[in-house]
Amino acid sequence: MSTLEARRAAKESLLQVDGVTKGFAADAPLALAETSFTVAAHEIVALVGTSGCGKSTLLRMIAGLDAPSAGEIRLGGHRVAGPDPEIGMVFQEPRLMPWLTVRENLRLALPGQGRQAQDERIAATLRQVGLADFGEALPRALSGGMAQRVAIARALVRSPRLLLLDEPFSALDSFTRAKLQRHLLELWQEANFTMVLVTHDLEEALALADRVLILRGQPGRLYGQLPVDLPHPRRRSSPVFQELKEELARALDLEAD
Amino acid sequence: MSLIALEERADLAGAQAAPVQAPRIAAPALAPALRGAVLALLVPAILVAAWQGASALGWFAPNLLPSPSAIFAELADLWRSGDLETHLLVTFWRVLSGFFFGALAATVLGALTGASSLARSLLDPTLQALKAVPSLAWVPLFILWFGIFEASKVTLIAVGVFFPIYLNLMTGIQGVDRKLVEVGRVLNLSPFAVVRRILVPATLPSYFVGLRAGLALGWMFVIAAELMGASEGLGFLMVDGQMTGRPAIILGSLLLFAVAGKASDALLAALGNRLLAWQDGFGGMAKGARP
Repeated sequence: MSTLEARRAAKESLLQVDGVTKGFAADAPLALAETSFTVAAHEIVALVGTSGCGKSTLLRMIAGLDAPSAGEIRLGGHRVAGPDPEIGMVFQEPRLMPWLTVRENLRLALPGQGRQAQDERIAATLRQVGLADFGEALPRALSGGMAQRVAIARALVRSPRLLLLDEPFSALDSFTRAKLQRHLLELWQEANFTMVLVTHDLEEALALADRVLILRGQPGRLYGQLPVDLPHPRRRSSPVFQELKEELARALDLEAD
Repeated sequence: MSLIALEERADLAGAQAAPVQAPRIAAPALAPALRGAVLALLVPAILVAAWQGASALGWFAPNLLPSPSAIFAELADLWRSGDLETHLLVTFWRVLSGFFFGALAATVLGALTGASSLARSLLDPTLQALKAVPSLAWVPLFILWFGIFEASKVTLIAVGVFFPIYLNLMTGIQGVDRKLVEVGRVLNLSPFAVVRRILVPATLPSYFVGLRAGLALGWMFVIAAELMGASEGLGFLMVDGQMTGRPAIILGSLLLFAVAGKASDALLAALGNRLLAWQDGFGGMAKGARP
């Protein structure tokens, strides 16, 4: 039994996507058809697929931002019927409020507690993402990578059980991207959350995920999955890694030409 | 390894170890503000000096274009008699109350039509049609309805103030980034919190543009109202100067209008700059590096 299977067997599933279909209008073609999978607690799952296969739509439904046309999404047993405090979401863009400092952007995610408790939680989270000194900065003063780290901090400050990321690093240069990927893994290793990541970057999927789900077609369907049973940190130049990448590219039909 | 090791380079090693300094939001220094004031006053000062010189040389007929010093003396006379203060206060009060009621109505209706597409479909066509009526065309009706005293003047000013504020607020709300509103949903903010924490701050820049344009129209309409029939106010003073053949009073009133309009706009702009300091705008060529 591999370490990955052992981990999956040991932990119950956190997220169940059950026969989910999405069409945006009655007469429009479906965006996503009959998709089912489960994600174990503390697992990292990457969703990859050709453009228009409905992978972002799927992620938005898990986040509770859109409702499935058919099927059901459950988180830890209860149905996801709208944005859920146990789910954190990071978008492709940082989407910070430009009029709020970094600290106040994070506070927006922490309703209801005492101010001091909020401040402590915010300071701890900013330390985790390496931005302890930037609490008073306005978003306009941040670089793209820093802004996206604040966006990750805003999602993590509520200690979600599930972190969803929609192509979170695609707008960054490759150096910053690799750095943030490493950083995200560190955060994941320190804390006890589960990740579902949408990406079109195959290396990113393979560098982070325990399992890569492949979506294909229009409407998108689950085409297959690829377990990535490599220990972290993964060396992208290693032959195994390169082989997996080729396999993934074949599955996505990217090597047809 | 073909890369050259750079450990010895203290600057690189130091750059890694030292914590990065967070940029601070520094208060603007006084010196640039002073410089701005000097630059702003430079052109008026030159113009007044040239005018005074030309008057002294007798280039202008004093019964048509009196010298700046004559205008100043006339205003000083009026001030000493207490009349000028009364006229100023009356005009200020009219602009202020007209602005208040116009802005209030514009804020309520603009927020409504900006936030709700039903309200927009219901109300906006009617309001746009009313906007097409030249505002001064309301004067006969307002005088008939409200008499020639304060109510008709304040109403006229309020109508002038209303439209720029209404339009800017409505389009401002419609232009709020949908993606930021979605963040509010992800964070489970209540509808009230979405309005207060996201919609209001995001709309503030265009709302302030509307307020400033509205205030400018307020000053325009107060003159119109006072020229048409008043016994007090700067507009009345100008008519009075015309009747009694005293151009110095007309010019002095014009000057006071310019000063009052500019001062009230600067006040509003300063308030806006305080509230909108977060904006990452261009801001002008000579503003230099941001702190």
